[in-house]
Amino acid sequence: MSDVKEGAPPPLEAEPEALTEAAATRAELAVAPEIVAGSLGEYLRAWVARIKAGESGVLPVIVGLIVIAVIFQSQNANFLTAGNLVNLLVQGAAITLLGLGEVFALLLGEIDLSIGFVAGVAGVIAAQLVAFPHNWPWWAAVGVAILVTAVIGLVQGTIITRLGLPSFVVTLAGLLGFQGVMLMMVGQGGTVPIASDVINDFANGNMTVGAGWVVTALLILGYAALTWWRDQRRRASGLVAPPASLTLLKIAAVAVAGVALVLICNANRGLLVPIQGVPWVVLIVLGVLAAWSVLLGRTRFGRYVYAIGGNAEATRRSGVNLARIRTAAFILCSLTAGIAGIVYASRLRSVSTNLDGGTLVLYAVAAAVIGGTSLFGGRGKPLHAVLGGIVIAAIANGMGLLGMAAATQLIVTALVLLAAVTIDAVARRGRTPTGMH
Amino acid sequence: MADGSGAGAVDPGALLSLGDIDKNFGPVQALTGVNLDVPAAQVTALLGDNGAGKSVLVKIISGIHAPDGGQIHWEGRAVHFRTPKDATALGINTVFQDLALCDNLDIVQNMFLGRERRQVGLLLDEDDMEKAAAATLASLSVTTVRSIRQPVASLSGGQRQSVAVARAVMWNSKLVIMDEPTAALGVAQTRMVLDLIKRLADKGLAVLVISHNLNDVFEVADRVAVLYLGRLVAQGPAAGFDRQSVVELMTTGASSRVVAASQAAAAGLEG
Repeated sequence: MSDVKEGAPPPLEAEPEALTEAAATRAELAVAPEIVAGSLGEYLRAWVARIKAGESGVLPVIVGLIVIAVIFQSQNANFLTAGNLVNLLVQGAAITLLGLGEVFALLLGEIDLSIGFVAGVAGVIAAQLVAFPHNWPWWAAVGVAILVTAVIGLVQGTIITRLGLPSFVVTLAGLLGFQGVMLMMVGQGGTVPIASDVINDFANGNMTVGAGWVVTALLILGYAALTWWRDQRRRASGLVAPPASLTLLKIAAVAVAGVALVLICNANRGLLVPIQGVPWVVLIVLGVLAAWSVLLGRTRFGRYVYAIGGNAEATRRSGVNLARIRTAAFILCSLTAGIAGIVYASRLRSVSTNLDGGTLVLYAVAAAVIGGTSLFGGRGKPLHAVLGGIVIAAIANGMGLLGMAAATQLIVTALVLLAAVTIDAVARRGRTPTGMH
Repeated sequence: MADGSGAGAVDPGALLSLGDIDKNFGPVQALTGVNLDVPAAQVTALLGDNGAGKSVLVKIISGIHAPDGGQIHWEGRAVHFRTPKDATALGINTVFQDLALCDNLDIVQNMFLGRERRQVGLLLDEDDMEKAAAATLASLSVTTVRSIRQPVASLSGGQRQSVAVARAVMWNSKLVIMDEPTAALGVAQTRMVLDLIKRLADKGLAVLVISHNLNDVFEVADRVAVLYLGRLVAQGPAAGFDRQSVVELMTTGASSRVVAASQAAAAGLEG
């Protein structure tokens, strides 16, 4: 343990900080629990204290999911069946992926309203390139579609950062414009079917039972080894690190979640013919989640995205090229939307003019915010978009099972979103600097 | 170098010497023939009323503005700053009044913002950065923070100031410029920051403090320099000044009470 961590009394303690008891407690609450706790017991106490102070992380969304599951299950026993749960994950994948993109914009304190139709454009491009007369291989079609969305992000990002225009307006223009582009590309027929089995399998195909287990085992082992090794090394060198018991608990939680997911997915959910296995789309979402989590959490680029969201002027004075980081974030946002669009098209095995990018993007923002990402910039994680996406999918799915009208679904989703924003605002209030009064 | 009056002669022993610095913004003459010496291992207080030119002078030293006339000598060599990076490269770091911290980042992340260390590959080397940040804070005896992994938003005003100073000094700093470091702080936190300023000088750094608060100035300053309407009207050891003389200098540009040695430096500039 370093001196700093111990809060070692000497020199300055004679003249303690002019913190009132309340301010001191508040400062303590804002600290992540693992950095003030030496044991699991302390950690749990610190955690409870933080929740009371509105600093609850992903807890609200997890509790929300449990509440949603209990309500729907009590009304319709089919909700928690393997078949329905897998269905729910696949249904929510496109919005989850869009949310994973939107997180980049939200972290900057910006917004990207265009990604719904950018996704649509990507879907059309992929669908048309694999079809007659192009007949491209699936990977080339997907690659070009994603490349085009990256270029769209580059153009919009450049306009926003170099001309200093508000992202809201620029991407609102994008929302309108790319809907037009998509309609133009789909053309007279109104629908472009996807002629590639591989692309259709993204959302509709499953891994074999054995492959699901092997992949999950590898992922869990990899996560466990990396986490344990990192925390152990930090503990050994006296750096701020969670207690060993907490590290083990985290690993156990991930392992249980992984095993549960595979068990659910590997149960036979077919009615006439057996259908089982982990859908490929689950792996796609997990892959994007992992990649963006590493990018935002462990690289300079990610650090600057958070810094710009927190205090853009301070970041600029630190010598960071704001325009470049912002533009890159918009590129990644658009590019993730491209992936989402291909998954969306894959599930329907086609792209049609019915694709409502306006609603999709609003659900994407809702997913990120429900999961715990702040609209004010600087706070949030890719994981939030995934959890929020599952919440939205669960509501839509459960309401559908209960035979409720679309009107009710919209109202319930609205209330959940409102609750999530309220939690964010309350948490934010609890975070105001304690020393500035 | 000197302006011929003899009073503008640059002290070769000073870490930073400004000679005859002029700066104007269009028709507005912001600085006129300013000579200022900032020696190492001492706290120099730069005083002046609003509009006296303190901020402009600091911006020239930190490379944000280029002077229109005069020379800057750093360790006896003439230097020219084209960008703030030129000044930083020599070891001149400025702690701005707003501190320029990101509230949502933790102490380590703030201290390394813009200069993150990386492992082999692209990933950040958090362990290395955390150790270096802890060592710097410990060397400044900043020990009241509970954890250097707590977000800056959760710190008190004095602690935030300490983090900003620590960030400034951890890059081989030789001169730290602090703009109104105690302006927003309570009594105990002001004490904490003043102690920190003294420790910086004890460690051999030159410190240039801009302040309105004469209590603070006389508490920490080894040297005092007073600007009045863009001219440096007095500078010298703090012992040569008292509260009343400083107020007179700040408000009228002259004082009957200043000891001879201090006023001599300014005398040649008066005409």
